[in-house]
Amino acid sequence: MTVAVQFTDVSRVFGEVKAVDRVSIDIQDGEFFSMLGPSGSGKTTCLRLIAGFEQPNAGSIRIHGVEAVGLAPYQRDVNTVFQDYALFPHMNVLENVAYGLKVKGVGKSERLARAEEALAMVALAGFGGRKPAAMSGGQRQRVALARALVNRPRVLLLDEPLGALDLKLREQMQSELKKLQRQLGITFIFVTHDQSEALSMSDRVAVFNKGRIEQVDTPRNLYMQPATPFVAEFVGTSNVLRDDLARQLSGSDNPFSIRPEHARLAGSEPLGSDEVEISGLLHDIQYQGASTRYEIRLANGQNFCVSQANNQWQLGDAPVQPGQQVTARWARAAMVSLRQEA
Amino acid sequence: MSHSLTAASSLPAEGWLRRAATLLYRKPNLYLSLLLVPPLLWFGAIYLGSLLTLLWQGFYTFDDFTMTVSPELTLANFAALFQPANFDIILRTVGMAVAVSIASAILAFPIAYYMARYTTGKTKAFFYIAVMMPMWASYIVKAYAWTLLLAKGGVAMWFVQVLHLQPLLEFLLGVPGVGGNTLSTSHLGRFLLFIYIWLPFMILPIQASLERLPPSLLQASADLGAHPAQTFWQVILPLSIPGIAAGSIFTFSLTLGDFIVPQLIGPPGYFIGSMVYAQQGAIGNMPMAAAFTLVPIVLIAVYLSIVKRLGAFDAL
Repeated sequence: MTVAVQFTDVSRVFGEVKAVDRVSIDIQDGEFFSMLGPSGSGKTTCLRLIAGFEQPNAGSIRIHGVEAVGLAPYQRDVNTVFQDYALFPHMNVLENVAYGLKVKGVGKSERLARAEEALAMVALAGFGGRKPAAMSGGQRQRVALARALVNRPRVLLLDEPLGALDLKLREQMQSELKKLQRQLGITFIFVTHDQSEALSMSDRVAVFNKGRIEQVDTPRNLYMQPATPFVAEFVGTSNVLRDDLARQLSGSDNPFSIRPEHARLAGSEPLGSDEVEISGLLHDIQYQGASTRYEIRLANGQNFCVSQANNQWQLGDAPVQPGQQVTARWARAAMVSLRQEA
Repeated sequence: MSHSLTAASSLPAEGWLRRAATLLYRKPNLYLSLLLVPPLLWFGAIYLGSLLTLLWQGFYTFDDFTMTVSPELTLANFAALFQPANFDIILRTVGMAVAVSIASAILAFPIAYYMARYTTGKTKAFFYIAVMMPMWASYIVKAYAWTLLLAKGGVAMWFVQVLHLQPLLEFLLGVPGVGGNTLSTSHLGRFLLFIYIWLPFMILPIQASLERLPPSLLQASADLGAHPAQTFWQVILPLSIPGIAAGSIFTFSLTLGDFIVPQLIGPPGYFIGSMVYAQQGAIGNMPMAAAFTLVPIVLIAVYLSIVKRLGAFDAL
């Protein structure tokens, strides 16, 4: 497998703010790679560094082995799907899609044929004569995708492309994007702040925090083996126990994470030898349909979450009430030891 | 039901003001028309009405001998526009208006582009003031100032001498239709003064149209492989055409109607504006002045329909 995009110690500074701080990543050819993080974490800046809209202050960016630092966007073999789609309002859909071919000097009949083909690929055959303003958000999204893909880039950059769509449409586009990526075999680099989106679509995910990468891993490993407290809490929900509590429960100075669904409310049965437990005051019960969430306030004031599947089909009485003293219990093996916070 | 009825009747007695307010609230169309009628009357009577009355006078008869106007309807005035002497005036004015509009657009575009895309906060405010400040000074003072600037021995000539450009200037002044005896009596000088005076009217609309251009469109163009020049011709220029069109309507119509600049700078000969002024003011031939007034109106209507047909307003 070859490396499609390689960051080596890349930094980008805006005034006092280190938007990207000594980031190194290898993105493999043909992989669906997501950059996940809260806003301002540096993920979009990284994408813009690959596209060439920003230049790094330090470090090296290689795209398919070629040093890209100093190259203008039009000198790079990557294409971008913009968050606001950035369709040209004065051109119709077909002209928009054919634009990349036109500026590269592809003949008129060939570029129109290829643009039609790209529109068909995103299920918009026959919409070529419309102006972007006459299309819905979901359709514009597809036009933007076709406009990028018609150039047959080796790397496709997607900047939160689904952010403006409603939930149903977003889920549909997620699976279509994934399908398209498998079909074409192009490297997709997908920026999102939505962790469930990143988990469900990606081969690998890089989690960004304050301009640095916390962890790069497969979605499964990211969820099951988070490396840092930030990853544990940002990807899904997690109970991170630190300091004295961590020492007392795990015997280590490092913080650890336990997922709410890996813990349960203990009954009167005795504590197993491979189990750990902690007690607190039941603070809130949230019924969520498939599961119920119990929020327990620990002695140190921290909240501890337990999520139990509602897999009894009968409607029973809630076994516990807020205000009661309860105990959460989990298997020792379910605890994930995390790196110390910097 | 009966509850709400008694509740309503138990409200405190209503004054006429409250009754009027309730009436307006219940009849939104009445409310709207009350708000709209006064300004529409003003606009209709003062602007359109007086303009139409003026144009109507173009059909009246002017007696050359008695120098009086009689309300006998005739097309003679409009026909007279096509007499060589009058038609020359129209061509001269339109030629100048077109040249001034094109040159203003070319000069204004880089300034507008810089203002829209590269300035923020205080720099932007500085540019706005710098562009508009010349408009704060009296138009006549500026026009007279230029007669001095362009005069023999004036700043412009001195500058030309320092740069050893006399041969170039002499060549330009020798070109028929452009030149003249000196800079201040040439078409070129008049052209420079027009550009100076109308440039802000071109900069501001172009700047506004460029300001609305999302940066992501330019990035998308570069991302798709377009060189900066291609991005300019394919994206920036087409999307700024509504601004250029708006600006050129100003420069075009203001040049067509101007009657002071042609008197102060440039070779003798009437412009449409100065012709209207002369017909109406000196001769009292209101019908002919009215006929001349129709010319810019028709020209701008034709210009707008051409621009519209070219699709300039599609992106609005």
